[in-house]
Amino acid sequence: MSDAHPLGRKTLFHLPGGNALMRWFCGSWTSAVFAFLYLPIVLLVLFSFNQSKSGFHWEGFTLQWYEALFRNQILLRAFTNSLLIGTVSTLLATALGTLGAWMLYRYRFPIHRTMEALIFVPMIMPEILMGVSLLVLFVNLSLPLSYLTVIIAHVTFTFPFVLVGMQARLQGMDPSLEEAAMDLGATPRQAFFKVILPYLTPAIASGALLAFSLSLDDYIVTVFVTGAESQTLPLKVYGMVRVGLNPQLNALSALGIVLTMILVYASEKLKQSHPGE
Amino acid sequence: MAADADSLRTGLPPSGHQASWRSWLLLAPLLLWLGMFVLLPTALLVATSFSRRDDMGRVIYSFTLDNYQRCFDPTWLSIFGSSILYALLATLICVVVGYPAAYTIGRASPRNRRLLLTLVMIPFWTSFLIRTYAWISILSEEGLANGFLLSAHIVPAPIGMMYTPFAIVLGLVYNYLPFMILPIYTSVEKLDNSLIEAAYDLGAGPLRAFSSVIIPLTRPGIAAGALLVFVPAIAMYAITTLMGGGSNPTIGEVIQNQFTRARNQPFGAALGVLLMLLFLVSFILMGRKKNTAHAT
Repeated sequence: MSDAHPLGRKTLFHLPGGNALMRWFCGSWTSAVFAFLYLPIVLLVLFSFNQSKSGFHWEGFTLQWYEALFRNQILLRAFTNSLLIGTVSTLLATALGTLGAWMLYRYRFPIHRTMEALIFVPMIMPEILMGVSLLVLFVNLSLPLSYLTVIIAHVTFTFPFVLVGMQARLQGMDPSLEEAAMDLGATPRQAFFKVILPYLTPAIASGALLAFSLSLDDYIVTVFVTGAESQTLPLKVYGMVRVGLNPQLNALSALGIVLTMILVYASEKLKQSHPGE
Repeated sequence: MAADADSLRTGLPPSGHQASWRSWLLLAPLLLWLGMFVLLPTALLVATSFSRRDDMGRVIYSFTLDNYQRCFDPTWLSIFGSSILYALLATLICVVVGYPAAYTIGRASPRNRRLLLTLVMIPFWTSFLIRTYAWISILSEEGLANGFLLSAHIVPAPIGMMYTPFAIVLGLVYNYLPFMILPIYTSVEKLDNSLIEAAYDLGAGPLRAFSSVIIPLTRPGIAAGALLVFVPAIAMYAITTLMGGGSNPTIGEVIQNQFTRARNQPFGAALGVLLMLLFLVSFILMGRKKNTAHAT
């Protein structure tokens, strides 16, 4: 019977039944979905090299919008802010997430379940509610909105992702790894730093990468908790998008897309070097 | 890997040791952070929703139900309704558009699968501002679509495509489509080939196999995707502001406005709490669906 329904791995999209019509449908549908996902981005990048300020007409190749972008002091300052906030909150979120995951893995606490549930709250809570509730908190603490409040907010929505990634890695760990280290005479502390931490390094790296890109990208939470001087790049970009079309935005987007591709590539490489996650 | 019965029952790792005072000390950062910046803000938001404000817009903590009463005013109810509608529509379109693509990717050969998956990941990780701007540069009056239509003499004057419900839903779909494709892909990848073969051997056609074997088996992926699209889409205000131009405000835009320009935090908080309840209900409903799917 099964000859009539080849499930071989010869074609690009091998489908149940090998039904030609269905294969054709799936193939072209998927191509259309990718066209939908990529066409706007490709056009955006393409028109960042167009001399004409706006519109459909191609008036020749230019790099002037990129030049203008690199001379735009407001954007450069916002980008510096983004990098600063991203770096500090990534370091904090990675430390907090790694330590938290390890403690939850290694010990049993009476409030274990409550904590595990609370960790999911920042991951599933819509960003706007997180933004306004943190704003209410900062107002109540009379904490002026500044770099500090932005960093607190960014750590809060990034560390759970680090922690959960770490938990996945710990689940796959052989418990005898630690025992072996201790049998060989290592103290718990030595076992952690010499055996466990190196084992966790790929998960730490991909967690940090994730935290950094989430921080760099955030608009919705940041807009509620930032002061005037700590505005990040997405806030300035949002302001520019609201005003209207601007080729500088095309150039900036093109750079953003290239950066995203590098980040995706890096995280894929990390995953491939340590399969089983 | 000796998992004792206790750890199986509690779901805790077998290595879980009893906590000592030193381990509590090391847990303190996590505990403090969760209490201080997750639990406390949420509690304060709820408290604010029952409070009054003074003439300066400062919150005076008290107990009143006025803010909630105001939420049920027809103006706000209709905004709630249209936000739910936009989010539902976007979720539905994402399922219909995304499912065949996720299925195809999940059934592709391992090498192609990795390539196609990376192609989904890139828009997934690209800033929503960039992706929304891409559509603005296409749809706006001096944008690419109108430029094309005008120069080809298809239309005499630019068509207003921005600031419409169409633009809002398009913006949401474009932004959240990868969120739908990825979880469906995950459940398609886990599909057992022999089950599909069995369906064919029992005489099912491709459509029958699809509707009574493949779809039910991938339902957890669809449910997860629907949740991942619906929940953020209903609260999203940045994309809807940019694409809708404020002419068709969503609940997120109203909340944002109450906390900024309108300076009525208690009312904004009440709307936020209602939104949170809505999410809670959808999570519970999805969880129950998942459970019944497992039971059958």
